[in-house]
Amino acid sequence: MLILHCPYCGVDADETELAAGGEAHLKRFGPGSSDDELHGYLFTRENPKGVHLERWRHASGCGKWFHAARCTATLEVFGTYKAQVSGPPQEIRDAISAKRPGWSWREFS
Amino acid sequence: MSTRLAKQGRLIDRSKQVTFTFNGTTMRGFEGDTLASALLANDQMMMGRSFKYHRPRGVVASGAEEPNALVGLGEGARFEPNQRATTTELFDGLKAASQNHWPNLDFDIGAVNTYLSRFLPAGFYYKMFIHPAPFWKHVYEPIIRRSAGLGKAPDRELVDADTYEHFHVHTDVLVIGGGVAGLQAAKVAASSGARVLLIEQTAHWGGRAPVDGGTIDGLSPDEWVSRTLAELEAMDNVTLRARTMGAGVYDHGYALGYERVADHTPGVPGPRHRLWRIRAKQIVSATGAIERPLSFAGNDVPGVMLAGAMRDYVVNWGVTPGQRVVVATNNDDAYRTAIILKQAGVDVLRILDARKEGGGALADEARGLGIRVDPGKAIAKVKGGKRVKKISICNQDGVGGAREEVEADAVAMSGGWSPVVHMWSHCGGKLIWDRANAHFRPDPDRPPLGADGKGFVVAAGSANGPLALDQVMADADAAGKAAAKAAGFAAKRTKAPEGAAMAENAMEAVWLMPANAEVQLRMKSWLDFQNDVKVSDVQLAAREGYESVEHTKRYTTLGMATDQGKLSNINGLAILADALNADIPQVGTTTFRPPYTPISMGAIGGEARGEVFQPVRKTPIYDWSNANGADWEPVGQWRRPFAYVRPGESVHDAVNREVKNTRENLGLLDASTLGKLIVKGPDAGKFLDMLYTNMMSTLKPGKCRYGLMCSENGFLIDDGVVARIDEDTFLCHTTTGGAERIHGHMEEWLQTEWWDWKVYVANVTEQYAQIAVVGPKARKVLEKLNAKAGGGMDLSAEALPFMEWRDGRIGEFDARAYRISFSGELSYEIAVPASQGLAFWEALVDAGKEFGVMPYGTETLHILRAEKGFIMIGDETDGTVIPQDLGLGWAISKKKDDYLGKRAQERSHMADRDRWKLVGLETVDGSVLPDGAYAVGEGVNANGQRNMIGRVTSTYYSANLGRGIAMGLIQHGPDRMGEIVEFPGTDGKTYKAKIVDPVFYDKEGAKQNV
Ligand SMILES: [Zn+2]
Repeated sequence: MLILHCPYCGVDADETELAAGGEAHLKRFGPGSSDDELHGYLFTRENPKGVHLERWRHASGCGKWFHAARCTATLEVFGTYKAQVSGPPQEIRDAISAKRPGWSWREFS
Repeated sequence: MSTRLAKQGRLIDRSKQVTFTFNGTTMRGFEGDTLASALLANDQMMMGRSFKYHRPRGVVASGAEEPNALVGLGEGARFEPNQRATTTELFDGLKAASQNHWPNLDFDIGAVNTYLSRFLPAGFYYKMFIHPAPFWKHVYEPIIRRSAGLGKAPDRELVDADTYEHFHVHTDVLVIGGGVAGLQAAKVAASSGARVLLIEQTAHWGGRAPVDGGTIDGLSPDEWVSRTLAELEAMDNVTLRARTMGAGVYDHGYALGYERVADHTPGVPGPRHRLWRIRAKQIVSATGAIERPLSFAGNDVPGVMLAGAMRDYVVNWGVTPGQRVVVATNNDDAYRTAIILKQAGVDVLRILDARKEGGGALADEARGLGIRVDPGKAIAKVKGGKRVKKISICNQDGVGGAREEVEADAVAMSGGWSPVVHMWSHCGGKLIWDRANAHFRPDPDRPPLGADGKGFVVAAGSANGPLALDQVMADADAAGKAAAKAAGFAAKRTKAPEGAAMAENAMEAVWLMPANAEVQLRMKSWLDFQNDVKVSDVQLAAREGYESVEHTKRYTTLGMATDQGKLSNINGLAILADALNADIPQVGTTTFRPPYTPISMGAIGGEARGEVFQPVRKTPIYDWSNANGADWEPVGQWRRPFAYVRPGESVHDAVNREVKNTRENLGLLDASTLGKLIVKGPDAGKFLDMLYTNMMSTLKPGKCRYGLMCSENGFLIDDGVVARIDEDTFLCHTTTGGAERIHGHMEEWLQTEWWDWKVYVANVTEQYAQIAVVGPKARKVLEKLNAKAGGGMDLSAEALPFMEWRDGRIGEFDARAYRISFSGELSYEIAVPASQGLAFWEALVDAGKEFGVMPYGTETLHILRAEKGFIMIGDETDGTVIPQDLGLGWAISKKKDDYLGKRAQERSHMADRDRWKLVGLETVDGSVLPDGAYAVGEGVNANGQRNMIGRVTSTYYSANLGRGIAMGLIQHGPDRMGEIVEFPGTDGKTYKAKIVDPVFYDKEGAKQNV
């Protein structure tokens, strides 16, 4: 039963208000992409024990999608940020680095 | 015998007698008794039988950790199995019955298992029942079902007579446990200004301290508890709840409290249980410690009890479990039991202290009372069946020889104390092994972490390891201050209360008694009383290669009973570690999982039962339908009429009548549940081109188009008619069940992928009532409404052609009319504001009388669409079907570069010509195919089953055609027209059907386009 801060409406939302949306920052591969690219986009997911970037929707609240940077092992939350970005903003990366120096996740670090 | 004492009993009121029954026998107790103490007062030591061997078992503990004394409580609609007698407060009229025996508690057939025990070793489920396979169904399963489970399940026909509720609470500090540690921690936390919630699982405050003695700040524990309780009650920022157990600690400071509001007063108004859903900044775990049994032969014979529990029965309830008691211990604390028994006039025959050096000051006091203390001695074996009869005594450091026997009727045992670490451990708090006390305790450096990465649970008092009263009070004081500080409050600099108790000698770990007990003794030394796991079973598991404690647990069932190993865990893993030649911390513990003790299903459900289990969505026409014969069907959260049944009709008759009448005259369908999504903005067309497989941006205002939606994986997820309202605005119809889902789907893509596109989506499903006016006379009834009102919308074929829509007035109503048809008939779907829905419906019913109008339900809707070969999401699709499978290639744009699912549909498997494809199916004899039946082809698969080549997706009786019709997905189906396919039914019959075109009725579409 996590609590995540919704960066849109400012509510510290209980998990019962939220819907999990899987991994963040997936790049869409449509027509013209290779089979491997499509496979990666549809099916290949990170499953880290540690820093993870993931999508949540404030479903029973303001309805907005946002991202959370979180430790899957300790449930520590490094920060949440709006969904309209293709990677974690610098202040989120800094917040993760402060707690987990040397972290990396896909192409981000 | 066990009996009530003349004195003692701090919790009972001897002036208030209470009558209850056990297995039908009337017994008497006092107000303040637990069921266990009252049974003991009535010399009912045997309270149940064990799970596997059906051995007689008596009460062994006095609280939540009790594994043996489980009973069925109450009767009828208030019956509940597996209730612990030790935590059941006695009340007048209580009815209890023992469990797990047949025909009765004293004489039980299943007890024969105990003589077969050598054939029922650890892992016997796995070993015995693998072969031969037919034996499983006919021999093993019936036997296991007969003997499995503890109590009886309540009668399935009865509905629980009680109510339950949830509380949602936010607090700064939650203190779990109302013993002296919890009270002190709550007091110092509250004095910092923090909001404090203090919960205690029993009806009484103070925990063990009043029984164990000593002083706090010079007061007796009872006096100190009263004083502190009064101080807490006077504070506005403190909430106190007795009878409320901390059930679990979860992520980010979430905790569950389980309040047994009225278990002791059944039938009084109000909820029976209350589930507290708590969010706390900090949690103090002041849950105390639990005593460990000693593992000696016959330690499960009724009359053998934990020393602390025996002390509780004397001091709290004035009951002695025996008249001639032997005490066996590895620590000083058990001497307290001997002293209290002796002072109460009970014969204490021996204190067998496994330690060669024996006890300290408490031992001196015991000797002073004339109790014989034997250091270095052990119980070799307890003899007796349903009651302790004899104790044979040996040296602790031997194999169990050179015995001496004494006659006794009760044994108090103590193997030391283990902190209750559940609240610490549930959410990831780690433990360290404390060699001095031979127990696991919370590791303060590795607490469960909150969202900020800092610990949010603090252990206090015995739950943190300390057992002596002085250390307990100091630790609890520090814990309360630490919790307040971590919650953001400044704790006052106050002195911790001073606890004082007799000094104790060090305990000594004793995992087996005697230390090198021979196998005959180990086979009778129980670790898990409820599940019948013995020392020899764990040793066998180790010999068979089980090294992980988690595997051993499942193999032997150690700790898997309803008490979740509260007594057995440490003893069991010590035996395992010894057998593996490993250190105990290296072997580790099993996982502590919530709830701490079982909580009722009613409490979990709370108010969510009956009408409020799930809200029912009702259309504006719901009440009219209900008054006119609707046979309701759940569709998502909606209720829709399956059919409108007339007096004297069966549902099937009603459907056949509606089906024919709609084709021949006039039908009305309440289609208000269809999803209606407004998609608006300069990029709306571009957006819908991505969502639908076909082109929506080219649709002209005023026109409608049927569209298909797929997931990115290519599979069909929804369908419906899209109407273009104006250049920037579309109205998308979804399936009834799809409105919220598709709305969410659109939002997800707009917010997370195409966030720079200028589009808004609004779900207006409930803003409109939508009525389908269907049949050859559909236009006539609408024109009649217009004639009555003197004008209105032109509904002619020229002014409003098929697949177009218009806004205007129909009769006296503001309406939007869509010329769309899901039946193949002349059809108008007319949306009016929801507030006018019922009036519009009634106007149509009234005006339609001369045209033979009849409302129709969802079954007729299904049959009419199936007659036309129209697919239904959820029938023809199941998440693995692509539009191409359904002959819907015409609805996939070839001009578009991209749409959701396009790339996935290009994969080789999606283009495979062997995919099952949609066809119509006609049974050879006109009967109705079974729904979901599979078509079988040539050959067999690897399991010897016939190869499957397709399945039935929709099947109905068509009254219009006078025969069964069906649709299905068949391999190479469209290329096999006219072939006969076989469908084996679950009824043993084989159905034969011919592959035909899926359009059964009006193939040219002449009827809808008039
Ligand atoms: Zn929000």
